[in-house]
Amino acid sequence: MTLLSTRSLSKHFDGLSAVSNLDFDLPKGQVRALIGPNGAGKTTLVSMICGRLAPSSGKVIFEGRDITHLPAHKRVCLGIAYTFQITSVFPRLTARENVALAARRHLPKAKVQPAVEDALKRVGLQDRIDEDAGNLSYGHQRLLETAMGFVQQPRLLILDEPTQGLADNEIDNFKALINDLRKTTTILLIEHNMSVVMELADRVTVLNFGETLAEGTPQEIHENATVQAAYLGTG
Amino acid sequence: MTNGQRIIGLHLGLLVVLFALQFLLPAYHHGNMARIMVLASYAIGYNILFGYTGLLSLGHALFFAAGMYGLSLTIQHAGFTPAPALLAGVIAGIMVSAGLAFLALRTTGVAFMIVTLMFAQAGYLTILYFAEYTRGDEGFVIQAGQRLLWGIDLSDPTNRYFAAFTLFALCLLASLALVRSPFGRTLVAIRENEERVTMLGYNTFAHKLAAMVISGTLSAAAGATYGLLFGYAGASFASVQYSIFPLLWVLLGGAGTVLGPFIGTLFMFYLIDLSSGITTAYMLIAGVTLVLLTLFAPQGLIGELRRRVWRWLP
Repeated sequence: MTLLSTRSLSKHFDGLSAVSNLDFDLPKGQVRALIGPNGAGKTTLVSMICGRLAPSSGKVIFEGRDITHLPAHKRVCLGIAYTFQITSVFPRLTARENVALAARRHLPKAKVQPAVEDALKRVGLQDRIDEDAGNLSYGHQRLLETAMGFVQQPRLLILDEPTQGLADNEIDNFKALINDLRKTTTILLIEHNMSVVMELADRVTVLNFGETLAEGTPQEIHENATVQAAYLGTG
Repeated sequence: MTNGQRIIGLHLGLLVVLFALQFLLPAYHHGNMARIMVLASYAIGYNILFGYTGLLSLGHALFFAAGMYGLSLTIQHAGFTPAPALLAGVIAGIMVSAGLAFLALRTTGVAFMIVTLMFAQAGYLTILYFAEYTRGDEGFVIQAGQRLLWGIDLSDPTNRYFAAFTLFALCLLASLALVRSPFGRTLVAIRENEERVTMLGYNTFAHKLAAMVISGTLSAAAGATYGLLFGYAGASFASVQYSIFPLLWVLLGGAGTVLGPFIGTLFMFYLIDLSSGITTAYMLIAGVTLVLLTLFAPQGLIGELRRRVWRWLP
């Protein structure tokens, strides 16, 4: 069953076409990686999906419903969680309060704190729970951002470059976390780290100049000559 | 002791002290304190929008005046007794703040400041324009006989102190409950990073609208009480000066702290009071003190206290 699709989705910034006529389908339960060179339109695409950007034309359909004109906060309530590429935690609030804000919207009061503690434990931040988010290292802020995403128990979790700035052992933890989350959540992952993509993704979509260059299993993408030429730079 | 107990203890402690002070203070300071508590209630209202939601309004005099005129005009021209007149003042505040919120919240930042300032000026000019009813700048006196609330004479200093204390206690406790509630925490998050709050699924416009109405309503309640307790309504209370005052009080006391508005109001009141006893150029002393405070306690008195000592202060 298709959870999310876009039809002829386009976004133009003045003369620049960031995404053009994109048809994209994401079945329920999949972990999909979205890759492509810088400026390929990845963040623009997910921004239109979650409602931060209005498309120039085309449609976004979520669970069979046209959500193209729905404001961002209502899409989030439908179950689309987005974690920002540029870390966007609340720096002067504690890690606990950051995650609690995300949890409180959908959970009854008594379940908020346990959910918050569990989420922070799963990203390995249980020792920093009462620290101000602004005092955490960049990598830890990325993990906090991820925790704020999945604590919402979304149907679709969009992660925009979640492993940027993480140490190797933290990346291993992150992979384990995604392998755990994939049991319950569909995940759309923008990622530059190829080991993460190869290990986690069920399928990979490659964007280039706002269009789909290729789509397939990680193995197929790895062996695809066009992709190699455009992106991996080994051609 | 948990932080929650500390917070409750501190705020209730302040209320106990203020209650006890009415038996101890000499007449002059007794009168001052009643006035400070009403003005601090106004500052508490202002702080909800500015300190906790991060919206800097330059038009709160409009809400203060809505309360004051909602009360005084209905007493003067419709023959209301104080209780329904107070209610009329509060309702006027709700309506005016909701109306302004719908218009002004389409803007942010400097534009929000200008829009609120302009509407408040329009309100001020409206009061002057209808001088037939409001007596404009000169204003009008609410007679002692019109200030009997359930048989209690509010022109009597002790009753007045107690009424001011009641208003202040209600506003302080409401503000404390608000900022500790999930709604209040969402407001703080909006102040810190509005886009992120939207992407957590919250309707930030609705939250800001509610914050502005609560803020306007408390301000109006203070305005209405001020008119009732001190027996006067005049257009100067709707002037831009009365929009700047709460901003100043809140900044001095500590924006985004529950006690800050009271401490700021108290400090500013006595700063002017004491310095005007020393010299006629008292604004010079007040100005230098304010500059020093801004340099050494940029987060306000309570804000600094929270930063350095009591991290748990709400």
